[in-house]
Amino acid sequence: MILFGKRVPILFSLVIWFVVWELIGQANLSILIPPFSRVVAAGITILPTEKFSAAVSISLRSFAIGMAFALVIGIPTGVLMARVENLGKILGMWVNIFVSAPISALVPILMAVIGIGETTVVFTVFLFAVFVIILDTQVGIKQADRSLVEMARSFGAQRHQIYTKVLLLSALPEILAGLRLGAIRGVKGVVIGQLLIAIIGVGELFELYSRNFLMEEFWALVIVVFIFAFAVSEAIAFLERRVEYYASAR
Amino acid sequence: MSAEAIVEARGVGKSYDGGVEALKDVSLALPRGKLSTLLGPSGCGKTTLLKIIAGLIPPSRGEVWVKGMKVEGPGPERAFVFQDFALLPWANVLRNVAFGLELRGTPKEQRDEIARRQIAEVGLSSFESSYPHQLSGGMRQRVGLARALAVDADIILMDEPFSSVDEQTRRKFQEELLDLLRHKEKTVIFVTHSIEEAAYLSDQIVLLSPRPGAVSRIIHPNIERSGRNPDEIRRDKNYLDAVDEIWQILKQYVA
Repeated sequence: MILFGKRVPILFSLVIWFVVWELIGQANLSILIPPFSRVVAAGITILPTEKFSAAVSISLRSFAIGMAFALVIGIPTGVLMARVENLGKILGMWVNIFVSAPISALVPILMAVIGIGETTVVFTVFLFAVFVIILDTQVGIKQADRSLVEMARSFGAQRHQIYTKVLLLSALPEILAGLRLGAIRGVKGVVIGQLLIAIIGVGELFELYSRNFLMEEFWALVIVVFIFAFAVSEAIAFLERRVEYYASAR
Repeated sequence: MSAEAIVEARGVGKSYDGGVEALKDVSLALPRGKLSTLLGPSGCGKTTLLKIIAGLIPPSRGEVWVKGMKVEGPGPERAFVFQDFALLPWANVLRNVAFGLELRGTPKEQRDEIARRQIAEVGLSSFESSYPHQLSGGMRQRVGLARALAVDADIILMDEPFSSVDEQTRRKFQEELLDLLRHKEKTVIFVTHSIEEAAYLSDQIVLLSPRPGAVSRIIHPNIERSGRNPDEIRRDKNYLDAVDEIWQILKQYVA
């Protein structure tokens, strides 16, 4: 970022926001917006507490399990939909509906069916993440260079070799993009699932803080969740950039 | 024909869905150890015919025999060089050249050694760890050729291999190809739409007529190549006669 002819780190824009936040907080305009410095202080106090680490670990676990299912089911489904034309047609419409649908609306139904517990949160994460992974995998496999497949066949490739040595690698940039979007949605899934259920993990803390007007703690938790989502997305984006290095030539 | 036929097409026809007839009743014998060209205007089905010989496309009618066996699919005695190179963008030159062997399950050490030797033969030794997008078109096609040579097939099928490279590279590549093949017992089947390229390279030229593709004429240029430089070949009477003869036939197909 260039400011007044000088190069400043991109984080500088965040600093500006924090200053504005601090000023609004100090002006005591609303009980909902405490000064940023006090939010940070509250964050430092709640981070080491046992309640917080328990909430984080259960949330991370739900996130990880939900994402793992989304990957294990999403990628093969996307591949099959790209390779089997009829399957692509049959499932395509549903995937497109669900990828744009507000999945949050389904969580209460999940609660009724699966029960109020971690499984529902895992399932919410799965539903948030899986459809975009399916869709991107399908696009990636469909766009894979036909002539690479023909080349592999001409050199006597077995069917499974065409998948492992050509199609999946060829679609890797799209699969990673789907994974990144899926992970971002997955973070939303954890938070929304837990908020609606309101008795586990980070959702319980959110519920606790907002109900008791503990706005400093509330905002501190928001920032922690934001940082987590951003870090997950950046980590996958880092992988994507390494893959782009060769994919740029496609 | 003196040499024994290694590839035979018997009444090969190909129709696509929607009734488009790409090839009609093509019967051919391609001699062992020679370079044969399939030449014709675009739409004459020459690439289709090559892919049928490769076993990549099944014929609608007729059959192809290679080394006394009916073609049912790709086989290790045939290797293909693609018009668009078809290199794996995520693999370096070494891995691309070794890819055919990798698919066959050749141990890594062994296939890398073979690949290195082929890379040296096409003059790319210092590019083993480069990626395709770092190479020029001509260099990419050398990688494609090295990959076909690495599997040690008897028959090399080349689909307009020089059409995506510039003219200088193309000529240089043609010379090198002749040089390379002189020392090997390879049968080459070469698809092109360039009359000069066909006449310059071929022992036998199969002229195809368009829509549907059918054999129009078979020409044996009979050019003495050994010990002569490219410019001498291009001034050879037989070369010039062949170019002229082909043009007289092909120009009827130009609308």
